[in-house]
Amino acid sequence: MVWINVILQGVLVGGLYAMFAAGLSLIFGVMRLVNIAHGDLIVLAAYLALVVTETLGIGPLASLILVVPLMALIGYALQRLVLNRTLGDDLLPPLLVTFGLSVIIQNGLLAVFTADSQKLHAGNLEVATVRLAEGVYVGALPLLQFIVAVAVIAALQFLFYRTPLGRAFRATADDPAVAQLMGLDNRHVFALAMAVSLAVVAIAGVFLAIRADFDPSQGPARLIFGFEAVIIGGLGSLWGTLAGGLILGVAQAIGAHLDPGWQVLAGHIAFLVILAIRPEGLFPKVRT
Amino acid sequence: MPESPLLAVRQLDAFYGDLQALFGVSIELATAEAIAVIGANGAGKSTLLKSIAGLLRARRDAIAFDGVPIGGIPAHDVAARGIALVPEGRGLFASLSVEENLLIGGQLKRSGPWNLHRIYELFPVLAERRRLPSTALSGGQQQMVAIGRALMSNPKLLLCDEISLGLAPIVVRDIYARLPTILGERVSVVLVEQDIVQALKVAERIYCLQEGRVALAGAAKDLTREAIAAAYFGV
Repeated sequence: MVWINVILQGVLVGGLYAMFAAGLSLIFGVMRLVNIAHGDLIVLAAYLALVVTETLGIGPLASLILVVPLMALIGYALQRLVLNRTLGDDLLPPLLVTFGLSVIIQNGLLAVFTADSQKLHAGNLEVATVRLAEGVYVGALPLLQFIVAVAVIAALQFLFYRTPLGRAFRATADDPAVAQLMGLDNRHVFALAMAVSLAVVAIAGVFLAIRADFDPSQGPARLIFGFEAVIIGGLGSLWGTLAGGLILGVAQAIGAHLDPGWQVLAGHIAFLVILAIRPEGLFPKVRT
Repeated sequence: MPESPLLAVRQLDAFYGDLQALFGVSIELATAEAIAVIGANGAGKSTLLKSIAGLLRARRDAIAFDGVPIGGIPAHDVAARGIALVPEGRGLFASLSVEENLLIGGQLKRSGPWNLHRIYELFPVLAERRRLPSTALSGGQQQMVAIGRALMSNPKLLLCDEISLGLAPIVVRDIYARLPTILGERVSVVLVEQDIVQALKVAERIYCLQEGRVALAGAAKDLTREAIAAAYFGV
């Protein structure tokens, strides 16, 4: 029974990791851009939610109504004004620019909000539990977080494969030059992709901030978890990304159960083992 | 020469980096007219089409469409004005199905005679295979998708870059047999071809490029084989 609980906790946290990863995976899929600032943008979203909840006096989940569109707007502007200028045949410029962006966001948050830990408070939701079976209880918040994660992945899957916007994303990813001949403005398509990515980041950021304390330095670790989930799942596959997040979460939960100090290490080991056995990930979709 | 041309290319120069590929090329095309641009490999035929489609830099007044200078404006803007390019090598989107490839061609939502139904009427084999990935089709069928995708934008001007390339002669004849239907919808067509026989059957006028310059121009019926061969090979 103990192990069922451990694995269940891992699965539920894994949903959060899948949300970290989904936006990263989407951006790489559409424009071959590795966004080093992704983790810091998650933390930025958490602070944005903090400001919204404190100013308006609303709960963190309600704040999503503002934080999601705001982050999407930031994503669109970031892509149009900065990142589009770095895209080309060379992979290095976007890597360097997003690395710089990561430094700027971290220090900007430090200057405005100080290094003090912050937390979003969701009231009773934080302590409520749901009984799944005899002796198996899960927190209402982790369960909600998991359901939202699955819903986000399903929504992205729908967007990508069933809508005109998703068709534009896939066409532009296949061949940017020919996509322009179809009347698609690449700069606009890329900016929309970044907007979708940061909308997902906003949801992930708010759940991260309800779950635990956060401070300006936490971005890079979230980036690593996101990367690991993407690679485990296989590049370009959204359901694979969800699976990757779950595997990472379960590995961390098992590690933490054996010894609290092994939590993060166990996740990295699981990632390295899968990378060694199946370098292309479990459910690869990208043709090279 | 047509009086008020749909497309007027005047003294167009084009470059790949420092390498000049076109030297003062001028061509004209009337509404609902079909012309062929022929020439050997590297003569600049594809470069000409890419320049018109906005994929290469050009002087603003070097290309006029419907009387408006469009040289060097972004390719998506050119497409929105009603110029569609069937690119060399087809350029289908590999992760899209046949039907999705056609739909994305129509995403500009320009009104006109062409829609999915009409494309499937023109190329019935595509209707049967519309759910397949575009890469699962034969070369000829892929070329049909590329032409259909371009038509889906209801262009006023269709630019075809070597649609016979790499296809069996019987398949080429099959595709060329559909061109009169397309021309019947008052679409103007620029055919870039190495297959001169096919090009001469459809085109009213011919431009022959040689090393980035127009070596010969005239009505198809007035040009002798010898004159074309001379311009083609530069002998």
